[in-house]
Amino acid sequence: MSLRTAIINNALRLSLFALCTTALIAGVYQLTASKIEQSQQQHLLASLNELIPASRYNNALLEDTLTINDQTLLHLDQPQTAYRARFNQQAVAVIFPVIAPNGYSGKIKLLVAIEPNGTLAGVRVLTHKETAGLGDAIEKNKSDWIYVFTQKSLSNTLSSAWQVKRDGGEFDQFTGATITPRAVVKAVHNALLYYQQQQDTLFLPQSSPSLSQQP
Amino acid sequence: MSENIYQKIAIDGLWRNNTATVQLLGLCPLLACSNSVVNALGLGLATMLALTASNAAVSLARNYIPNTLRLPIFVLIIASFVSCIELLMHAYTYQLYQALGIFIPLIVTNCALLGRAEAFASKHNTRLAAFDGLMVGLGFLLVLVLLGAMRELLGNGTLLANMHLLFGESARSWTVAIADYKKFLFFILPPSAFVGLGFIIAAKNIVDEQLKKRQQAKKMQNVNIGSKRVRTTGHIS
Repeated sequence: MSLRTAIINNALRLSLFALCTTALIAGVYQLTASKIEQSQQQHLLASLNELIPASRYNNALLEDTLTINDQTLLHLDQPQTAYRARFNQQAVAVIFPVIAPNGYSGKIKLLVAIEPNGTLAGVRVLTHKETAGLGDAIEKNKSDWIYVFTQKSLSNTLSSAWQVKRDGGEFDQFTGATITPRAVVKAVHNALLYYQQQQDTLFLPQSSPSLSQQP
Repeated sequence: MSENIYQKIAIDGLWRNNTATVQLLGLCPLLACSNSVVNALGLGLATMLALTASNAAVSLARNYIPNTLRLPIFVLIIASFVSCIELLMHAYTYQLYQALGIFIPLIVTNCALLGRAEAFASKHNTRLAAFDGLMVGLGFLLVLVLLGAMRELLGNGTLLANMHLLFGESARSWTVAIADYKKFLFFILPPSAFVGLGFIIAAKNIVDEQLKKRQQAKKMQNVNIGSKRVRTTGHIS
């Protein structure tokens, strides 16, 4: 067998194997694609429902969205989705992500739910890299700390109180971890400030066609 | 000796040539995903499945793989099975998929898989190759789960927490927790995996030594019996 035919032969065999394995992956992808989409939606809805229980709204939460992009207060590095909960067209809450850029090890991504009057319905940690056993008490599975934000607002908690106790505020820090709660408190405060700034636009219906149909 | 080929494969995979405690292959996922039983079990099962499937496929195709091309083709086969497993986990065990993160696709780089494909599957028939993959994978899985249980128990004071990520809602109640356990941070953090694995290897070596001693004692007995017989037939050298 000459070198030329050997090369061609090998190339053909390799591409045959590549074809077979790719076909296998493509097949499995076809089978699982809708299920993956479904699990993702389910998971997202479950995490949103933790902030706003399903009984409090009756719109299609996952479809009533708004794209927000704000670097100064929310520190979002790319456009993110905000979800609006409504009950019989009445605004119940808006849920949107906010990033705490100054965690102990990197960014902490939070999800906040704010009611129309500017009161927090709840805060959850989406992702973080804080120290296990110390800073990770911000997770709801690890401690109750994250629940202190519920019902807080800019009007019932003064701007100077939006700090951990060590800095003269009213939020607890953790033993051995002050930086993490400090970052989270600041981020939640920023989210409320952002809401104050944007509250007129955050609940607007998303689809402009329905707006233009109005006389 | 008296063990047939299946016994030999099983003993090799589970004990004598265990991937994690003897060959020390695939340590990166072993150390990273052993902080709880559910993570360990999830990654262990995925690895075992990938190993069995890739071994079987390599063995099936072994007559069509030219020697010069074997490594790229093995990698291709392994990578495709791991991708399929990743897709399946993404679909059916979504939260576990998120918890294990990058370590599922990284199964491709687990040397144990390529090692078994090269050393065993490419030289044996499909049934033996699949069995070998299953046993080697099971050996890896058992060490991973043992380490996970150890770290979860000592670090968090729980056992089998969050098993619903893998087995559905009914498994939520499997958790066993030590009341009022203060967390032992060291065992949650990665370095404890090294220490834990060290202890597991040490324990295995102790057991091996004991077995060896016992076997030697038996041999000595046999020698004594044998020498008696030799004496009676008068063949003393």
